[in-house]
Amino acid sequence: MERNQMHRQVSVMRQSLFDQGYLDEQFIQLEELQDDANPNFVEEVVTLYYRDSSRLILSIDQALERNPLDFNKLDTYMHQFKGSSTSIGAKKVKAECTQFREYCKVGNGEGCMRTFQQAKKEYTILKRKLEAYFQQARQSGPSETACRPRN
Amino acid sequence: MNPSIGKGSMSTASSSVAWKAGDVVPDQFPAGLRVLVVDDDPTCLVILEKMLRTCLYEVTKCNRAEIALSLLRENKNGFDIVISDVHMPDMDGFKLLEHIGLEMDLPVIMMSADDGKNVVMKGVTHGACDYLIKPVRIEALKNIWQHVVRKRKNEWKDVEQSGSVEDGDRQQKPSEDVDYSSSANEGNWKSSKKRKDEEEDAEERDDTSTLKKPRVVWSVELHQQFVAAVNQLGIDKAVPKKILELMNVPGLTRENVASHLQKYRLYLRRLSGVSQHQSGLNNSFMSPQEAPFGPMSSLSGLDLQSLGVSCQLPAQSLATLQAAGLGRSTSKSGIQMPLVDQRNLFSFENPKLRFGEGQQQHLSNSKPINLLHGIPTTMEPKQLATLHQSAQSLGSLNMQVNAHGGQSSSLLMQMAQPQSRGQILNESTGSHVPRHPSSIGQPIMSNGIAGGVIGRNGISDNGRGTGYNQVPPTSSMLSFPMNHTTELTGNSFPLGSTPGISNVTSKGAFHEEVSSEMKGSTGLLPSYDIFNDLHQHKSQDWELQNVGLHFDASQNANPIQGNLEVSPSVLVHQGYSSSQRSGQNRNASSLGRGMFSGVDSTEQRNTQSGGQHLNNLLIDNSVRVKAERIPDASSQTTLFPEHFGQEDLMSALLKQQQGGIGPAETEFDFDGYSMDNIPV
Repeated sequence: MERNQMHRQVSVMRQSLFDQGYLDEQFIQLEELQDDANPNFVEEVVTLYYRDSSRLILSIDQALERNPLDFNKLDTYMHQFKGSSTSIGAKKVKAECTQFREYCKVGNGEGCMRTFQQAKKEYTILKRKLEAYFQQARQSGPSETACRPRN
Repeated sequence: MNPSIGKGSMSTASSSVAWKAGDVVPDQFPAGLRVLVVDDDPTCLVILEKMLRTCLYEVTKCNRAEIALSLLRENKNGFDIVISDVHMPDMDGFKLLEHIGLEMDLPVIMMSADDGKNVVMKGVTHGACDYLIKPVRIEALKNIWQHVVRKRKNEWKDVEQSGSVEDGDRQQKPSEDVDYSSSANEGNWKSSKKRKDEEEDAEERDDTSTLKKPRVVWSVELHQQFVAAVNQLGIDKAVPKKILELMNVPGLTRENVASHLQKYRLYLRRLSGVSQHQSGLNNSFMSPQEAPFGPMSSLSGLDLQSLGVSCQLPAQSLATLQAAGLGRSTSKSGIQMPLVDQRNLFSFENPKLRFGEGQQQHLSNSKPINLLHGIPTTMEPKQLATLHQSAQSLGSLNMQVNAHGGQSSSLLMQMAQPQSRGQILNESTGSHVPRHPSSIGQPIMSNGIAGGVIGRNGISDNGRGTGYNQVPPTSSMLSFPMNHTTELTGNSFPLGSTPGISNVTSKGAFHEEVSSEMKGSTGLLPSYDIFNDLHQHKSQDWELQNVGLHFDASQNANPIQGNLEVSPSVLVHQGYSSSQRSGQNRNASSLGRGMFSGVDSTEQRNTQSGGQHLNNLLIDNSVRVKAERIPDASSQTTLFPEHFGQEDLMSALLKQQQGGIGPAETEFDFDGYSMDNIPV
């Protein structure tokens, strides 16, 4: 059935996000919070994340353009960004953030910039993937989103 | 009292209040726990909110620390626990943590994506009850209710302990109180316990089902008042009693102040990087001081009632005593007077302290250690002066000093110190003081009356202030003078009582006991018998008192002049040591402790005087007293049935005195300085 197929598709999509390391266990925590009262909780949170973090990314971009670099400020921003990303389970983004903070600690501006670019890339990739996932999940029906496959 | 009260208070309290012991934990609990979440990250905030809601908690989210603080301030009891992020743009999470701890005393959980050891340690030192690493899992949030319960349980304990806020004292006190509290105390305890239980019950809510006490909310203003008081006293000397007095906030209890002080100290420690916990020590230290005062003031027998007078007495009494002391020094009566004066001084002060106002008691106690208090008010100032001198001569009468510095607790000193309020006159009292002790000592020998007298003194003193342990001790003291010699008789109470009494009064806590004991001892027990009797009395106070008395007695035995030193110290020691021993820092206990310290010091001194045996006796007593005292001290916070029967006791004592000695006052020229009236 198409429905089943769609469900399967969603399932596969979801699984690959985990397998490829885009998402981690925290995402599952969010999924578990989703219930009948909040059937789209995960999507809502992710949306909120992207909206809020875009602001943050902009600040970091601007800070990186300063000369000389204010590593303390950068670190503070990145700490926030990392916190948000962690809370939704954005694994790769989180890894880049950690790296960025390491560079900040040693005052490696170059490293910071490089890492940040990478972080933004991962951030964008994840966004696209999640959007596709949610869309698919919505289309395939509540049953799909409701169930929390344990991997 | 039932022993269960002390120790059991916790359990009972918890069972009744908190959570009703397990068996009843409402099924709902911890459902409905009111959580305030503070995080500047909206994503995290939403997730946390959802998680907490899933745990069936009532969640309020907030993305700014300032808003969170105002929310907390507006709804004093609107939240049970706070969860806050560490890194926030408008305010550091730790700062928020401190504010909450100081003002609202709510458990706070810190969280952060930062899991560095330093940050976590910071959370610990700032007083966070837990630290969560982000991303926070729901499992971690499910158990946060434990922090609420734990905190309430500890608070309850504080309350139960009647004000012994000091660390360490808490645990001991309840039990000790229980053991030693006399029936009088028991009544207090029970009633207070019941009250608390009722309060708890009343506040119990299905949602929390934990101990709920009316929580004192430390508003900004209140906290500022508190800080001002602390600064005024000096952070090292800031004891809850004194702070309470300075703040003069109705309805604020010593426990409230003590726990707040503890937190504040933690906060300061953090700021300065000093290790925490000194405050506890300091407090304890302070307490001893107070203790001596309490007993000391116990009264001079003559006018124990006067002792009951407000705390202002000390100053006045000191003056009187001093005057009396000065005047007297020459005459034998003079000697007596000094004693009396001293007593008065002490007693007055102590009583005042104690009674003054519940809260102030602590403070006042410390002050008047004047042993001489007992003696007629007029005498006090003089006596005080004498006392001071003698104290000074003794070298360390400072009761307070003793407590802290372990100084010789010479009564005089003590008196002088407590008198700080009253500005103890040091000059003349010194000379007088010695006299008193000596005179007092004498009575002891004679006992019979002395014993009785002392008892009475004690009582009267006790009447005064809640903390007046004095009664018991003083009574014994009094007896000495009485028995002892005519001189004493003259002084009768004042003398006898003062030295001993004052010491005793330091006990403060004893006050309740004293009264009860006093009754028993009214009979003039022959010399040491009195002490024995006293000892046997349930309350520790008695012990202390006895000790104090002993010293006095011993001192009296010795050359009058020189004895004072001994006794005061003895008394002081008694007070102090007792408190020290008990380990309770409570102010109340400090009184007792002070006594002990006095005893200890005097002991040494006593060797010189013939009163050595007395000293030994006292020492023994002191030891005993100490143990006993402690319980009392702890319970004392409130105290002692004020005056209960003191007036009666006083009159009884006075009668006795008069019978045996004739109005002491007259002999001593106390100028009508009645202990009772001596405003502490």
